[in-house]
Amino acid sequence: MGILSSNASIARYQVLGQLPDPVMETLTRFLSQHAIEEIDAESIDKSIGWTSFENPFKPDFSQSSFVIGVYFLFSFRIDKKAIPAKVVTKQYLLEMERRLKDSGKESLSRNEKKQIKEDVLHQLSLRIPATPNVFDILWNYEKSTLWFFSTQKSANEEFESFFTKTFKLNLIRRFPYTAAMDVLTDVQKDMLEKLAPSHIME
Amino acid sequence: MLDISVAYNRYKFLGNEFLSWLWYVMEHEPDRLNAVTDDNIQFTIGNRMVLENAAHNASETVTIKGDDAGLEEGILALRKGAFVTELNLMIAEDEKQWQFTIKGESLNITGLKVPESGRIETREDIEGAVLEKIFLYEKIMGWIDAVYAFFLGVRLSSEWDDVVIPQIKKWILQ
Repeated sequence: MGILSSNASIARYQVLGQLPDPVMETLTRFLSQHAIEEIDAESIDKSIGWTSFENPFKPDFSQSSFVIGVYFLFSFRIDKKAIPAKVVTKQYLLEMERRLKDSGKESLSRNEKKQIKEDVLHQLSLRIPATPNVFDILWNYEKSTLWFFSTQKSANEEFESFFTKTFKLNLIRRFPYTAAMDVLTDVQKDMLEKLAPSHIME
Repeated sequence: MLDISVAYNRYKFLGNEFLSWLWYVMEHEPDRLNAVTDDNIQFTIGNRMVLENAAHNASETVTIKGDDAGLEEGILALRKGAFVTELNLMIAEDEKQWQFTIKGESLNITGLKVPESGRIETREDIEGAVLEKIFLYEKIMGWIDAVYAFFLGVRLSSEWDDVVIPQIKKWILQ
């Protein structure tokens, strides 16, 4: 799901605050420091980070590659390894059988079973590649507005906290109340605070 | 300003009232939307509408789907006290058409299709294509923001209770 997709979903934000000067160098540094790390050869099951819009599987933030017109355009990537439960069960039972045979024991202790499960998960996560999900971000720095190209709740929540962690800037999601606060006068804002839902048929 | 998560839940109703009002205006005063947006555009209902009735501590949802679906069920739901919570809209300007779904509680835009833009054939075409898409996305956001701002003005004035609510009531009881 992205800016060039034929079917886009967009959540809108306001960015509070500014990056330290010089902005371009700061942004390049922050993006590089928090770029996505590959986990295919690791036993880690999840990785999140920034990546390039043009080349999301080989992030490169050099040469201002994330600047288009007055916008910053880059992407947020969430890589997750999904190991099917049935695969875990199968490998776990096979490994248990092997250990019982090797040790000549009748049964295994609780701790041994726990250790086997951990070993199985570790081995599987080394073999199963992570599934990448890429979400584009369009940041109009002058207007302090940002569009995140997904409305999935979990992706938005991950993005919001990672953005704040990376840039030390807070985001305010645009929804009926915050959109109203942008356009109302002080008198109208006071009226909004007291507003109650309408009941057309009463 | 209220705490954001409190405000999100507290003002969900405002977005749903906005979509319900928008349906009424599209049906009865479409020219008003042109005046508000300063553009010669035409709003029409697309292929999906969701209404929810949360009255009396019970929740009832009505979903209307399909390109030629009748909206009588929607009117009936409004009559029972429901509000539109999700609306698929088509906006046309000259030969160009945008289609998307807007959700009342979040104002999130999903399934946004914009008028076709130039094909990307080389790497050098990407920047132009992105700027064109941004232009087309900004148009739609600008129209929605203008109409929502106008709705807020009406909603916070005496016109809402004195004129708009009686008109909507008359429409759904016809």
